[in-house]
Amino acid sequence: MNITNITNIKHIEDLKGNKEGIQCVIDGVPSSVPLDPANTDYQAIQEWVAEGNTIEDAD
Amino acid sequence: MTKAAELAKMGEVLTNSQIGGRRNIVINGGMQCSQRSTSATGVGASNGVFPCVDRMKIMAGTTAGRLTMSQVADVHDGFANALKFDCTTADTSIAADEFFILRTLFEGQDLQQIKKGTSDAEKLTLSFYVKGNASATYTCELEDRDNSRYNSQEFSVTTSWTRVVKTFLADTTGSFGDDNAESLAINFWLHSGSTYTGGTHTDNVWHTTNNQRVGDNQTSIFDSTDREFFITGIQLEVGEQATPFEHRSFGEELALCQRYYYQSADNLAGGVGQGGMWFGENINTTECFGPGNNFPVTMRATPTVVIYDNSGTAGAAHTLGTGDVTGITVGSISNRGFAKISKSGGLTDERQMGAQFTATAEL
Repeated sequence: MNITNITNIKHIEDLKGNKEGIQCVIDGVPSSVPLDPANTDYQAIQEWVAEGNTIEDAD
Repeated sequence: MTKAAELAKMGEVLTNSQIGGRRNIVINGGMQCSQRSTSATGVGASNGVFPCVDRMKIMAGTTAGRLTMSQVADVHDGFANALKFDCTTADTSIAADEFFILRTLFEGQDLQQIKKGTSDAEKLTLSFYVKGNASATYTCELEDRDNSRYNSQEFSVTTSWTRVVKTFLADTTGSFGDDNAESLAINFWLHSGSTYTGGTHTDNVWHTTNNQRVGDNQTSIFDSTDREFFITGIQLEVGEQATPFEHRSFGEELALCQRYYYQSADNLAGGVGQGGMWFGENINTTECFGPGNNFPVTMRATPTVVIYDNSGTAGAAHTLGTGDVTGITVGSISNRGFAKISKSGGLTDERQMGAQFTATAEL
C-alpha cells in the first residue's frame, strides 16, 4: 500500500482513552487499521509519521 | 511430461528431500479465486493494490497507461481460468521511473526449504502459461525482498497458449527471514522505463543493480490499446525440473487465499439478511460487542477491516429494527476476528447491530 492512497488518518480510542487502532480512508474506503507492525497499511502510516506527519486525535 | 523428465524429477526429489507433497509454492496460480470482483477497470492508477484476482498484486508507477484486469474463463491444458490484462489507455512516452508489474508475494516462513543464503541453497523453477493478442517479450523476475537481490529472465508471448519454464540459479547470498513478512516476490514486468532497463540485462544472474532488472527486448503492455496479455498456471517449485501444474481444489485454494483477504459475502451491499455477517449487541451508546472469531482461517497478520451497512456503505453498520449508522470504526481486531464496533455516542443502547465486512492482511 502506498500512503498516497490513505487519507483522513485518526486514532481510534476505547472508552478509557487507550489507542486501539487507526481510522482512515484507503482508496476512498473508510477503514479501521490495527496497531500491528505486520499490517502493511499500518506500515505505510508509520512511514508517513516518520516523515514528520501526525495522526489526528480520535473523534 | 516426458518419461525422461519424470525420471529426472524422481531423482531430484530423492536428493533434495522434497519427496511428494505440495510442490507449488504459489497460491492461486490457476487464477481460480477472485473474491473482490472478477474485473477491475482503470488499473495502473494505483500502486500496491489487489484489483481482483486473489494474491495477484499490481505495482504501478507514474504511468499514464491503464488497463482492465479480469478473471476470465479460458479453457486449455486443464485450466478453466486465467488472468487477463486488456490495455485501455496507451502510454508510449515512457519516463525513466515508470513501471507496471504483476506481482505475487510469499512469507519468509514458507520459503525456508529453499535454504537461500547458504551453501546448500536450492535452484528454483518458475513455470506459467501465457498468450497475447500478438507476439511480445516480457520479463519474469524473482525478487529477494529481504536483501534487495534480483534475478530475471525474458520470456516470449505468442497468440497461442504456451508454457514458459525458467530455472533460476541458487542464491548463496542473503537468507529469508523465518517470519510472516514478505521475503520473495515473483514479478512479471510488463512496462518499464530506463531506471529498470538502462543497464545491460543478463538472464538468470543474481544481482543488486536496478537498471539491469528488465530485459533488453521488453515490450510495453501499454504500447497500444490492442494489447492483451493472459496468464495462468503459475508454479514455483524447488529444483530445476518443472513438473505439471499442481491443481488444488477450489476450497483448498480459497482457504489459502483467505489467510490474506476475506470478505463475509460475495455481495457486500447485500445487507445483513444474507449469511456471513458480523453481529453484536450495543452495551452502551458507544460500543457494540460480538464474537471475535469470525475469520474462517487465521490471517497472516491483524487485518485492516472495513464494515458495510445494508446499503453497502463502507464504515457503517445496520441497527436491527432501526436502520443504518455511518461513521463506525472497528476495534479489538486480531488475526482471528474482530470483537467490537463503535461510534462515540452514536449507537442505541441494548440494540443488536450487524455488518458485512472485509479483512485484509495482504503482503
